[in-house]
This record gives sequence, structure tokens and C-alpha cells, in this order.
Amino acid sequence: MTVAAAAQPTTVAARFSPGWITQLLQRYMLHVVVIGLTVAWMLPTIGLLVSSFRPFALTKTSGWWTALSPLEFTLQNYTDVLDQSNLGQAFFNSFMVSVPATVIPVTIGAFAAYAFAWMKFPARNWIFLALVGLLAVPLQLTFVPVLSFYVNTLHWTTSNLENIGIPGLPWVPLWLAHAGYGLPFSIYLLANFFRALPSDLFESAEIDGAGTLTVFFRIILPLSVPALASLVIFQFLWVWNDLLVALIYVGGAPEVAPLTVNLADLTTSLGQGSNLLTSAAFFSMVVPLIVFLSLQRYFVRGILAGSVKG
Amino acid sequence: MAAVTYDHVVKRYTADVTVVKDLNVDIKDKEFMVLVGPSGCGKSTALRMLAGLESITEGQIRIGDRVVNNVAAKDRDIAMVFQSYALYPHMSVYDNMAFPLQMQHMKKDEMDRRVKNASKILGLDPFLKRKPRALSGGQRQRVALGRAIVRSPKVFLLDEPLSNLDAKLRGQTRIELQKLHRELETTFIYVTHDQVEAMTMGDRIAIMNAGILQQVGTPGDVYDHPANLFVAGFIGTPTMNFVPVTTSDSTAKASGFEAKLPKSVPAGKGTLGFRPEALTDRQSADGSNLQMKVDVVERLGSDQYLYGQVGSDQVTARVDPRMKVAPGDTAQLGLDTRSIHLFDAESEVAFF
Repeated sequence: MTVAAAAQPTTVAARFSPGWITQLLQRYMLHVVVIGLTVAWMLPTIGLLVSSFRPFALTKTSGWWTALSPLEFTLQNYTDVLDQSNLGQAFFNSFMVSVPATVIPVTIGAFAAYAFAWMKFPARNWIFLALVGLLAVPLQLTFVPVLSFYVNTLHWTTSNLENIGIPGLPWVPLWLAHAGYGLPFSIYLLANFFRALPSDLFESAEIDGAGTLTVFFRIILPLSVPALASLVIFQFLWVWNDLLVALIYVGGAPEVAPLTVNLADLTTSLGQGSNLLTSAAFFSMVVPLIVFLSLQRYFVRGILAGSVKG
Repeated sequence: MAAVTYDHVVKRYTADVTVVKDLNVDIKDKEFMVLVGPSGCGKSTALRMLAGLESITEGQIRIGDRVVNNVAAKDRDIAMVFQSYALYPHMSVYDNMAFPLQMQHMKKDEMDRRVKNASKILGLDPFLKRKPRALSGGQRQRVALGRAIVRSPKVFLLDEPLSNLDAKLRGQTRIELQKLHRELETTFIYVTHDQVEAMTMGDRIAIMNAGILQQVGTPGDVYDHPANLFVAGFIGTPTMNFVPVTTSDSTAKASGFEAKLPKSVPAGKGTLGFRPEALTDRQSADGSNLQMKVDVVERLGSDQYLYGQVGSDQVTARVDPRMKVAPGDTAQLGLDTRSIHLFDAESEVAFF
């Protein structure tokens, strides 16, 4: 249709031909759909944000979308949540949990993925298949056996760990648990990415005299920044937002519990404290947002451009 | 600077997949040797075995006097230029070229001197700080060459380095590579499927087909004295004419003509081969003349190609551009019997 329209550009009718309109419509439709989806996805967050700035009495009687008619905003919820709850400690705990629980599986995963992608060893494909199979295991299924392994076999209870001289690190079991849960996906994603790197690069490096580790650190890692960045985001968000695993492995004690546990406790410990939930939830969202926005620029495609082919 | 010897080299992947069969080649020191053949003929595998990227199933490969079968790629003192160039995309041109030297823990100033020297030879000075993606195809190719040069290796291996360049650049680079070979005075082993590259660049050419070495010789040798039907058909454009003949003593009888053979052969069936330029518009003195029913005429200015039928055989002739021929005509052509070849019908080996 566009061809037909282009063939007779002189007539006025051609300029308003159906083809031209369809093209225009298609372009606007795309924008409408994209914007519509974005708004639909953001609506709950916006509601939460607006509610967090409204006086508690108002949120109980009217919806957040009526916030503009009696224009009444307050910072009360935020000051309350900072005063009344253990937010600072919980924030610190969340970091202490999330950062190692992200770094460990991504690091181990990268090494393992390199081996799966570029090294030859017996039963490589079968082990990889088993690993991918682990993706399908629901993690709830592992709580009892893993916990029992920690307590009954390793005797890694908080008090025992303190006794053997690693005090203040009650998160070690949680790190390992998160690492275990994150590894299958890390390895799967990275191995697929590494495999897609051109083999000429490795062969060239091999001839140039680079050993396995040099190839890994000087060639694979720099080229895999997009994959590593997305993996870090996935894993960090998952650990940061996780409630269940943290609750199981470190419990709800305020000295160790991360933000999610603290948040879940707000309503029960403070009775009808749902007003605090809105502002506390916003606090917890800040970090994932920063992580996402700061790593997002690494999602640029074409980082391999120029390596091979003319 | 070293000679390279392939001594009964075999590459077998599985019991019935053999890609290189009993390869024997002596490549002299400072020689420009081209391995050429159709794709899948084993030429790249042969090169990769020398590079240390593939294991050797049987036989020996020697660089100089040293058997390198079990020497790691990095210790063979070779450098390789890949078809895809294999530049490290996250490193600058300078770092790409310095990488092999860094791996040898070379001193900074010596490294700098070598990289600068290579970049000067290749005209890469203005691009040293750029990343490969900001370079054109030809420039990338030169960076790949530079990375090989800085090591001053004993042997240069080049795996179809020109096939990603456009036709004009390929012609230029061909000449530059030959100059480079003269300047560096190093053994070059060059793999290509393009017989024009092989003919123009090689001191000697090794022609392979289906894992078997067919012939090794200077470009002139393989062009004028092909060892068998495959080599005769592979080298030269347009390809050599092949006509089934019956031989008796020193004449060969084809479907549409008779040719005097330069020496007598046993009676039997064979294939007569002659290049398009062996046909001329002058009648041959020894009576080896033929009539061609011309189907297509191509005038290239310097040459004129006639495609047509002689008897029941398809024949191409390269004649003087001043000869007046039109499609549909019957052209009287003479065959220069000094440059004809006869191949055995069974073994396809050349009698002459």
C-alpha cells in the first residue's frame, strides 16, 4: 500500500490514501499501547506513593485518586516510620544480606559458566542439563532439608557460629542459601551468553599466549558486562525483595532481619499501622530503583560490534 | 623464520570422518605457501593443526627441527590472522596489538616500540586509540595483521584473511600482503578457497581436495602442468575445457574434432583438457582444428569469450577481441596442441 501511495505523490488524493493513514495509525497505536501498558504497570506504585503522603485519617475514608480535591499532604507517615520502627537496622541488614547474596552466586556462576561453555570435561552436557533441571525445583521444597543440614550436620546455629569466632555474621547460612537458589539461573544465563561469544576470540587469545584465567578475566568478563549487569539486577532484586527465605534462615530477630521481614512485622507489631506500610514500602523500593537505574545503561546491545566480520 | 613440515599428517574426528589424509608438505623458510581448495577440503584444519588449535591424529608437524605435536599453541612461536580478524572488541587498537606482548610479560618500552613499529608499517598510527568497532573492514584487517607482526613469529598463519573485504580492497590488500612478506622475511602460510589469491600471492601453492593433497608447485607449474583433473579444473578462470576423447597412438578423437597429441599414449578412453586461451582464430598447422557453434559472445575489451558447442561438447574459447563473431555463427578455431592435457578416464591423473 505504501508503494502505491509513493507511486502517485502528485495528487492530493494520494496524500490521504489509506496506506498513509494505516502507517500513521500503526505508529500511534504502538505509542498508545506502550504508554497504556506503562501507566497500567505504574498505577499501583503511584497509588502507594500518593497514599504515603496523605494523612492516615484520609486514606482510611477515601481512595488515593481523590487526593487532589482536598489538597492535603503530610510527611507524618515518613517521620513516624523512621521513629517507630527499626528501619535503619533493617536497611543495614538488607544490605548485609543482599550484597554478598548477589556477589557470591554471580561470581561462582561466571566461573562455572565459563567451564560449561568453553572447557571440555566428561559428562559436561549431562551436568549442565541437571543444573537447568534445578531451575524447576520449587525452593520451598528445600527449606526443611537445607535447614536440617545446617543445624544437625553443620551445627551452624547463630550461637555456634559466635562460639567458633565468627560473631556478627548470622547471615552466612542465608548467603549460601541464596547463592544456591541463584546459581542454576546464573550459570544457565551466563553459559548461554559465553557460548555465543565468537570462538575465534578465544583461539586468538590462546595463540597470543593467554591462559585460561587470563582469557576469563581479560576477555570474557569485559565482554559479558551486559549479561553480568542483568544478572546482578535479577539476583539483587530477588534477594532484596525476598521475605520467605530470610525468615526461614535468619528468623525475625530485629538485629538480623532484613527490610522485608521488618516491613511484614510493621502491621502486626504496631496494630493498625498500615499507614506506615506505605512509606516503609517506599523506603524499601529506593534501593532496587537505584540499582536498576545505575546498571540499566549496560544493557546496550552491540558491545561485540567490531570484534568480528567487516 | 623457520621451515614447516607436514609429515604424514592425518586428522580424524571419528573412525569414519577423516578430514586430512596423509598430508606431506615441506614449506621452506621464508616461503609464501598458499593452501587452496574448495570449502571442506581440509585446508583450514591443516592450518589449525599447525597453529595448535586442533590435535594431530597421526603423523608429525615440525616447525624448524622441532616436532610441535604436543607443544601448546602459545609456545609454537607462530601468529595467526583469522578470517573474522578476532579483534578484542573492548580493547583499543593499541591494546589489541600489545596483547600478545603483554602475555609474554615484555618490558613496557620494548612493547611500545614494537607496537609503534607495526602500526607504522601498516599505517595504523591515527587509529591507535580507537576501538575496533570504529574502524572499517580494511583497517580491522590491518590491526589483525599488526597483532601478528608485533610478535615477530617464526611462521605467519593466515586463514582466509581477505574474504571479508570488498573486491577492490581485496586487490589492494593482496599486494600489501606480498610487500609485507618481502619486508618481514618470514614464512607465510596462507589458506584460501580463492584460486586467484593463490595464483597471485603464493611462491608455491598446495591444492587440496577432500582431505587429500592434490599437487604442490609454483603457480606456473600448477597452471601449466596440472597433476590431475581436479587441479586442472580448479585453477584458472574460466575453467579448462574438458572433452571426453578416445585415444589411439598420438591422436585424440572427440565428438566434434580430432587433436594431435604431443606424445603417444596407450589406446583407450580419456579426458582431453585445454584452456580457453589454447583456442585461437588461426588454423592449427597440425590439423587440430574445430568448428564451434557459438551460443554466447562476451566482449571484455581486452578479450573475447566464446561459449558454444563443439560436436556434443560444451567449450569455452578466449580469442582475439577483433575476431568478428556473433551468436549463432560457426567459428573456425585452431587448437594449440602444445598446451593441451590428457587425463586418464579412470584415475583422472594427467598423462601430460
